[in-house]
Amino acid sequence: MSRIGTSEVKRVAALAHIGLSDEEAARMAVELDRIVGFVEQLQDVDTAKVPATSQVTGLADVTRLDEVRPCAIGQDALLANAPRRQDGYIKVRRVL
Amino acid sequence: MKSDAITRPIAELAEDVRSGKLKAAELVQACLDRIEATKQYHAVLEINPQALERAHEIDRRAGQGRSDGRLLGVPFIAKDNFLTRHTHTTAASAMLKPFRAPYQATVIDKLEAEGAVMIAKANLDAFAHGSSTENSDFGPTKNPWDKTKVPGGSSGGSAAAVALAQCSFALGTDTGSSIRLPASFCGVVGVKPTYGLVSRYGVIAMGSSFDVVGPLARTVEDAALVLDVMAGRDPLDATTIERDAQTYELTDQKSNVKGLKVGVIKEYLAEGVDPEVKAAIEAQIDSLAAAGAKVSEVSLPSVGLGLACYYILVPAEISSNLARYDGVKYGHSAPAAKTLAETYDLSRNQGFGAEAKRRILTGTYVLSSGYYDAYYKQAQKVRTLLTREFKAAFERFDVLVAPNAPTVAFPLGQKAQDPLAMYLCDVMQVAVNLAGACALSLPIGLAHGLPVGLQLIGPQRGERTLLKAGAAVEGMVGRLEVAV
Repeated sequence: MSRIGTSEVKRVAALAHIGLSDEEAARMAVELDRIVGFVEQLQDVDTAKVPATSQVTGLADVTRLDEVRPCAIGQDALLANAPRRQDGYIKVRRVL
Repeated sequence: MKSDAITRPIAELAEDVRSGKLKAAELVQACLDRIEATKQYHAVLEINPQALERAHEIDRRAGQGRSDGRLLGVPFIAKDNFLTRHTHTTAASAMLKPFRAPYQATVIDKLEAEGAVMIAKANLDAFAHGSSTENSDFGPTKNPWDKTKVPGGSSGGSAAAVALAQCSFALGTDTGSSIRLPASFCGVVGVKPTYGLVSRYGVIAMGSSFDVVGPLARTVEDAALVLDVMAGRDPLDATTIERDAQTYELTDQKSNVKGLKVGVIKEYLAEGVDPEVKAAIEAQIDSLAAAGAKVSEVSLPSVGLGLACYYILVPAEISSNLARYDGVKYGHSAPAAKTLAETYDLSRNQGFGAEAKRRILTGTYVLSSGYYDAYYKQAQKVRTLLTREFKAAFERFDVLVAPNAPTVAFPLGQKAQDPLAMYLCDVMQVAVNLAGACALSLPIGLAHGLPVGLQLIGPQRGERTLLKAGAAVEGMVGRLEVAV
């Protein structure tokens, strides 16, 4: 069953902010169609009375005290990996 | 120093470093020499430039009687998706090629606190997406048993490094198979702990409800010691669970399988398994029975759905986790981008390889409006079914056994162009991650001249029984040594 075409891949790529070329989108369409075709088999399983897993070891609402803790990592170290910086800020390209 | 020292039991090495009989610096140097001599296998991406200095410091302090630790002077290699202080952390991806972590993973801190020395970072499939290490953006690792074969993945560099005696143990991560498959293909021991037993803080996230950290080592005993150092709750990882109060180390030297209730998972031996692999696994199961284990068949009817379930849930989690790579905060940023939107689109297209894109797109698709219930929610329900089947099986059995994979290591390039064929390598392992259970892979012999691993599976928090059973099987088969 073929359901994923190039336009669907481009729609999803836009949601994921990946700027695929036309050629890549065409190739991904073939591959995604096979992958989604494979996982379709779950549709036949009767799960009407089965709850969805939310946490596999059964942990729920893990909390801690809301207290300030010192951070050993300084601003310079945290910003050192940013591709563009200025005056202790991360520099972002124009939005509009 | 001959490289023989590297392959001695970890506990002995630490004891000899403590007493001064063995110098940590010599041990580390022997590993670095070994890495250089076997670099054509491309197990390692980067050497830790601080390793020797740290080893000298350990020796100095040991000389003054001030150095102690259960892993004193023991050299290890971390998969390059662990954040580490003195090297880059790339996840073997072009996206993170320039990245240097501002902090370190909890497990690296814990190992160092016991005296271990991180000597290098290991190759992997980029972002741990893959089963062969061919998805590394820096070139594949080669199998130590046969250079034309894959080492398995995604922790292929870690497994190859142990098999090549480049270190005493290595760290891997396992989201669906990524410790056990390469351990199996390279003939070493790999332990995938219960979900949450080991902190994931400072480990690059893939599928956060699946990812676990575990050791790859030469023996079950070594792996158990390393696990014991790493296990336990971490305030920096809210998904961690309480560890056993008792040690995971193998304290009684003679483990045996007498009375051990072993369930053979019927579905995994039914069809599609290479006849030689199947014969090796079945022969081992027969020896277990002959040695006094109570062996019988068990059916887990839903395990056949495991892979489909996995390839919905994990890509969904990947698409969320990899959203952070935006070309703004860290990692690759497209120089030609003129706007913020272009920064995202171009940086992500250039920085991610084909497999990361495939998984992000699959995940985004199954989570997108109108498809969520049909795919994601249905998969989480099937996950519940699978978890229940494992729980029911563990009411009757102490451990379950299965092959790790339908084949031994396959040729480099064979599945590289066929994503679905690559996914199918994990068909016998992903169910364990879906159920959050623990498992290990243990070499039991050869098929087609390449290692075969037996997969032993335990319930959540069943590590102590699992490791004892593993050690008992190991005692029956001995160790596999590759001649390189």
